[in-house]
Amino acid sequence: MKLRVPSFSILNGKSWKFTHDTLFQIFLGVISIISVIVLAALLLRELIKGSWPALSTFGLEFLFSTAWNPVTGEFGALPFIYGTIVSSMLALLIGVPLSLGIAVYLTEIASSRVRAILSPVVELLAAIPSVIIGLWGIFVLAPFVREHLAPPLMNYLGFLPLFKGPAYGYSVLTAGLVLAIMIIPIISSVSREAILAVPSLQKEGALALGATRFETIISVVLPYAKGAIFGAVMLGLGRAIGETMAVTMVIGNNPQIFTSLLHPGYTMAAVIANEFTEATDDVYLAALIEIGLVLFAISMVVNIIARVITWKYLKLEEGLS
Amino acid sequence: MNMLSRKAMDRLFTFFCIASTALAIIPLGSMLYTIFVKGFSVISIDFLTKLPTPAREAGGGFGNAIQGSFIVVGIASIIGIPLGIGAGMYLAEFPNSRLSRIVSFTADVLTGVPSIITGIFAYLLIVLRFGGFSALAGGVALATMMIPFIVRTTEEAMKLVPAELREASLALGAPRWKTSLAVVLSTARFGIITGVLLTIARIAGETAPLLFTAFNNRFWFDGVMNPVATLPVMIYTYAISPFEDWHAQAWGSALVLVAMILVLNIGIKLAAGRRW
Amino acid sequence: MGNKIEVLDLNAGFGSTHVLKNISINIPKNRVTAIIGPSGCGKSTFVRCLNRIHELVPSAWVNGRVLLDGKNIYDSDVDPVDIRRRVGMVFQKPNPFPAMSIYDNIAYGPKIHGMKAKLDEIVEDSLRKAALWDEVKHRLKDSPLSLSGGQQQRLCIARALAVEPEVILFDEPCSALDPVATAKIEDLILELKENYTIVIVTHNMQQAARIADFTAFFLMGELIEYGETAQIFENPRDKRTEDYITGRFG
Ligand SMILES: Nc1ncnc2c1ncn2[C@@H]1O[C@H](COP(=O)(O)OP(=O)(O)OP(=O)(O)O)[C@@H](O)[C@H]1O
Ligand SMILES: [Mg+2]
Repeated sequence: MKLRVPSFSILNGKSWKFTHDTLFQIFLGVISIISVIVLAALLLRELIKGSWPALSTFGLEFLFSTAWNPVTGEFGALPFIYGTIVSSMLALLIGVPLSLGIAVYLTEIASSRVRAILSPVVELLAAIPSVIIGLWGIFVLAPFVREHLAPPLMNYLGFLPLFKGPAYGYSVLTAGLVLAIMIIPIISSVSREAILAVPSLQKEGALALGATRFETIISVVLPYAKGAIFGAVMLGLGRAIGETMAVTMVIGNNPQIFTSLLHPGYTMAAVIANEFTEATDDVYLAALIEIGLVLFAISMVVNIIARVITWKYLKLEEGLS
Repeated sequence: MNMLSRKAMDRLFTFFCIASTALAIIPLGSMLYTIFVKGFSVISIDFLTKLPTPAREAGGGFGNAIQGSFIVVGIASIIGIPLGIGAGMYLAEFPNSRLSRIVSFTADVLTGVPSIITGIFAYLLIVLRFGGFSALAGGVALATMMIPFIVRTTEEAMKLVPAELREASLALGAPRWKTSLAVVLSTARFGIITGVLLTIARIAGETAPLLFTAFNNRFWFDGVMNPVATLPVMIYTYAISPFEDWHAQAWGSALVLVAMILVLNIGIKLAAGRRW
Repeated sequence: MGNKIEVLDLNAGFGSTHVLKNISINIPKNRVTAIIGPSGCGKSTFVRCLNRIHELVPSAWVNGRVLLDGKNIYDSDVDPVDIRRRVGMVFQKPNPFPAMSIYDNIAYGPKIHGMKAKLDEIVEDSLRKAALWDEVKHRLKDSPLSLSGGQQQRLCIARALAVEPEVILFDEPCSALDPVATAKIEDLILELKENYTIVIVTHNMQQAARIADFTAFFLMGELIEYGETAQIFENPRDKRTEDYITGRFG
């Protein structure tokens, strides 16, 4: 039996008519081109155009130079790139285990009543504006770090360059803590989805063999969910890299590279926030915009990876971040 | 491993999970507590309605910043909501077109743009071109943040509308455009409104995009082409200032901002839970 | 008695799935024609080809001819929107528009087709024809979701009647309803055949026997047997029809 090809009048173009429906499709199509594609293209174009004076003056060296001296016209992005990477990694180091703990607690341990109360509370954290977290960081967290957290770290781990004193309240460590707090909601909620997606048959199988809850989670649940959890971590990383206000307010804003986490630092987002309105000459401004371009590129790469992964594993829709 | 230590491991692990949850909730509690305690004593009618005074001068308020926040968020909404809903409708109605795939991917990418970058963008696009900081530039920066979220939320809400409703309308001889407006869009309206309000709650607290777009102003709003004060920028400026009384005022306005955002957030979620 | 619809050599499917194979069938005017057959044999696809709803699925294709009053509805000069007005449809699950009131559900179709005058009359008339008027006349502004399943289905019938169709396609209209609501819909269908040509897909053979004048048996996309209902049920000519109606498969 032969299969005949489609033979709609509308499909074979015999009588393509310009209807209201065509108009409707074109109208919405144009709106979506303007609001998304033109916007993205414009964003990229403006960033490249705006940073061009710096791009053409400093070239690739910009990324590897540690000098940042607007007065003498020396501009190097490395202290900021370094600060962004270190503070984000620190945030992941603290935030990821906690987020996984929360995700396991809320899916596997808590009773449904506790869960119904606590999960909105954790999500509430995501609704707090970052400037307010920064305000709290300045007046509550930074003093706490200086007086209660840094001294024991220096005492016990001071032999490591990472914890060399003296301790400042405004430090990379404080920024890492603030970022950890800010990425916990997204990582824990996506991880919860991932854990919930584990077939209960698999879990019950392990439990039936006499495994404890811990063993079941380590040997069955986490391996099954690890892809999606990795996506969640990348989403959190994207967040941490681009976060501006809270970090600017607690990191100390010092464009020098210190190994010690107890010393102040600077991030890409923070230097833009802090110095943009002060940048009077063109090259200074262009250098800041170029830092913006680098930040944009890095966070795009991280976000695209995160989205591809979470989609693949969870068919997760946006709305969580 | 013997049974005893296996049990101990299990206990330890359970303890770790509970402790993690507590560790996440403690900062939240501390924030809300501090904001309330330090902010409450500052709040007064004057504080909500008057202009700021110079440091160390008693009295004065954040009235202009509250007004300015509404204006900038309003401008962002006027730009962002129609564009976002239109694009979201396109994605929901014509999901198989190539344009849809490109738009969908780009919208996803845009949700990850750091907020400070949208500030640079609006600075280059508006401030540089039109000669100065302005409420409009702030609105454009926030609209840039808003659009991808509204696109997504509209698309999702419309895709939740059962295909049978669409077919029922088409089977009555309704054209497609009429079907998507009168049946699909109107059935999805609660979902879309919820999403839009949540997006507004999210951008209302954004500071970074406004720092060098809307900038700041010690006076009342006077035109979209002039700089304007907003709550988040005021909080930032006052928080990093060296003055004690400004710190206190920063807490006061933090309380105002958090209250507005939380009321909006919780209110929407409760309302959505009851399906309005 | 003439034929309202003549189907000639109809083939249809989705992408590379060939669902309907060389269907030719005449559907008489002012009669009830039942389509029976096992699940997946293409009954829904068939009726959806009669009002050009099938082609709205992105991968769908169709060829062959469907003559409505002698005119091929797939001719290039025919507007599918017009066909869908003339050939109404009632679906398996009651699907009133939830965002509109009961009144607006009925008024929606007439408004689209420019029948804006006498809207109140059209609404009342359609609801009466669907035997729903008395139950809803005091709550026309209510949400249709406040109605029971059977009432919702009659609302959908009223909605279809409001655009003055000539043919009404029912795709398993009772499969989501209880027996009492089913009986009401069946009575309604018998009344409607005075003025409309009716095609009904059903899984329920008693239902076909009760209400249909003619019955067509489909199997794997082919029309196996078609004739007067009594003949199909009492004296099937094809072995496969007999097997199906005696419950030996399907
Ligand atoms: N949208 C679609 N895309 C691809 N194949 C489809 C689609 N809809 C239906 N089919 C296939 O077409 C065939 C006929 O489907 P149809 O819905 O017409 O059957 P049916 O006789 O109405 O069955 P039922 O009694 O279960 O309603 C089935 O094999 C089905 O899998
Ligand atoms: Mg069917």
